[in-house]
Amino acid sequence: MEKVDVIVVGGGLAGLSAAYGLAAEGLEVILIERGDYSGAKNVTGGRLYVSPIRNMYPELWEDAPFERPVTREFITLMGEGNSTTIEFAADKFAAQPYQSYTVLRATFDLWLSEQVMEKGGMVIVKQRVDDLIKEGDKVIGIRAGEDEIGADITIIAEGVLGLVANKAGLRELPSWKDHAVGFKETLELPKEVIDNRWHLAPDEGAAHLFMGGVTKGMLGGGFLYTNKESISLGIVLGMKDAKERVDKIDIYTLLDDFKANPTIAPLVADGELVEYSAHVISEAGLSGIPQLWGDGYLMTGDAAGLALNQLYTVRGMDFAVASGYYAAQAIIEGKKQNDLDAVGPAYEKMMKESWVLKDFETAKNILHFIENPRIFSHYPNAVGRLFDRVFTLNDQPTDSIYTKVMSSVKKDFMNVTTAKELLGMRKI
Amino acid sequence: MGTTVEAKLGYNVFKIDKERHIVIDTEICNKICKDKTCLYICPAFLYKLDDQGNNTVDWEGCLECGTCLICCEHDALSWEYPRGEFGIQYRSA
Ligand SMILES: Cc1cc2nc3c(=O)[nH]c(=O)nc-3n(C[C@H](O)[C@H](O)[C@H](O)COP(=O)(O)OP(=O)(O)OC[C@H]3O[C@@H](n4cnc5c(N)ncnc54)[C@H](O)[C@@H]3O)c2cc1C
Repeated sequence: MEKVDVIVVGGGLAGLSAAYGLAAEGLEVILIERGDYSGAKNVTGGRLYVSPIRNMYPELWEDAPFERPVTREFITLMGEGNSTTIEFAADKFAAQPYQSYTVLRATFDLWLSEQVMEKGGMVIVKQRVDDLIKEGDKVIGIRAGEDEIGADITIIAEGVLGLVANKAGLRELPSWKDHAVGFKETLELPKEVIDNRWHLAPDEGAAHLFMGGVTKGMLGGGFLYTNKESISLGIVLGMKDAKERVDKIDIYTLLDDFKANPTIAPLVADGELVEYSAHVISEAGLSGIPQLWGDGYLMTGDAAGLALNQLYTVRGMDFAVASGYYAAQAIIEGKKQNDLDAVGPAYEKMMKESWVLKDFETAKNILHFIENPRIFSHYPNAVGRLFDRVFTLNDQPTDSIYTKVMSSVKKDFMNVTTAKELLGMRKI
Repeated sequence: MGTTVEAKLGYNVFKIDKERHIVIDTEICNKICKDKTCLYICPAFLYKLDDQGNNTVDWEGCLECGTCLICCEHDALSWEYPRGEFGIQYRSA
């Protein structure tokens, strides 16, 4: 069996990041990707937070094919027959260095794979890895069709389903209890139309999140990110709520209803559909992270459960890049010291001591918090009711603003349940 | 109302294999499964009952998300990714 230093299973951001780091240090690395090119199978929201990963590969980001830097944040609470939008802009978000950018994976991953090849890494596309080859408990390589390749270390970067790792007994399949499905449309719109609709200076971008009616009260929300000349519009939906819903709503219809909603319709009007995509996301947080390493292998990115729903944003791409980076660093060090047994523990240590696993630790109660259906139904409606009262004037004597606001607050917010939920928020 | 989901899939690039990558054990669906989650959980709406009431899947339009696999609690699906080079090829997701 042919043997190399490292094999990477999967050419998404985690795998490419690892391969880039390894190739840059001159290690012999082969990455195998099942799509026609890196990015061909990948779906994100998406916004990539660059701030956390900027210093990992500082030379890389300057020429990266980002869509737009996110300079404006929008959150819309969708109530019954109303919606409340918060628009947030801060000078610091509109200045270099930008903390986050919108991306399209087909463009972004393909570009990163070219950077890997430029460093001397080998990227093999259109090949599905079928199995990990094991000798006892040790992973010693991979099988793809008829071909077998051996490696000192195999990096598993196959994404959220983890089919290959599961087949080799290294992790469980995802559970519907703590995973969500995301589905989105990419809609083309002229640059200036995008600028106008989200109040953007040229080349600046917006992230727009939606809660409430968009998921008909189920766990999840809507998202809208502005790209250069398109928008990514989608819904993330907790599988548990969708599966257990008595009216068995065809989930794809949520996106059509979302687009037809009077608040959204003008935002997406005349958008030309160019693609419809779907992908699974882990919402398990810390509890969804399997063993990060074992004899002969490391797990990175979504394959290692590294995605986090922080309610106002889904993160996973930064974790993918970071875990790939640390995997590469651990291997480079192990090679230098001629001690491959040290690689796994070193990787885990780096992950634990960095923001990666610390952020998971911080957010460990978030799933429990967001499993509360009131967040997706009661509160968006309550906020809507409050403003509805404030802004409504008819031929009856009107209440004072104070009375209007206080009566809403008393009814919808000053109760034991809300107090308990506020206390619960301290845990997130 | 809007574009149907079939029409949406028409905008995607699929390279269709001659082998199917999802196989349904309809006996399990018929005998054991009551909830039939796959019929409504698939974001591409590919699962349908045929005239005889047997479960079918239009696997050619699969977005490869894996939601059906995860939500089927009766192991009625043999589900793998299409072989390398086949299946959905996203250009702007
Ligand atoms: C709808 C949605 C919205 C999201 N929004 C955001 C966001 O705004 N910001 C953010 O940071 N994160 C977001 N995420 C999460 C983020 O997209 C993921 O965490 C990230 O893509 C994980 O990268 P990865 O490289 O680990 O996995 P993937 O991107 O899934 O890459 C896995 C790669 O492995 C390949 N592969 C799989 N199996 C095999 C095999 N057997 N052989 C060969 N190749 C194989 C695949 O083709 C793929 O290229 C979102 C996710 C979704 C679904």
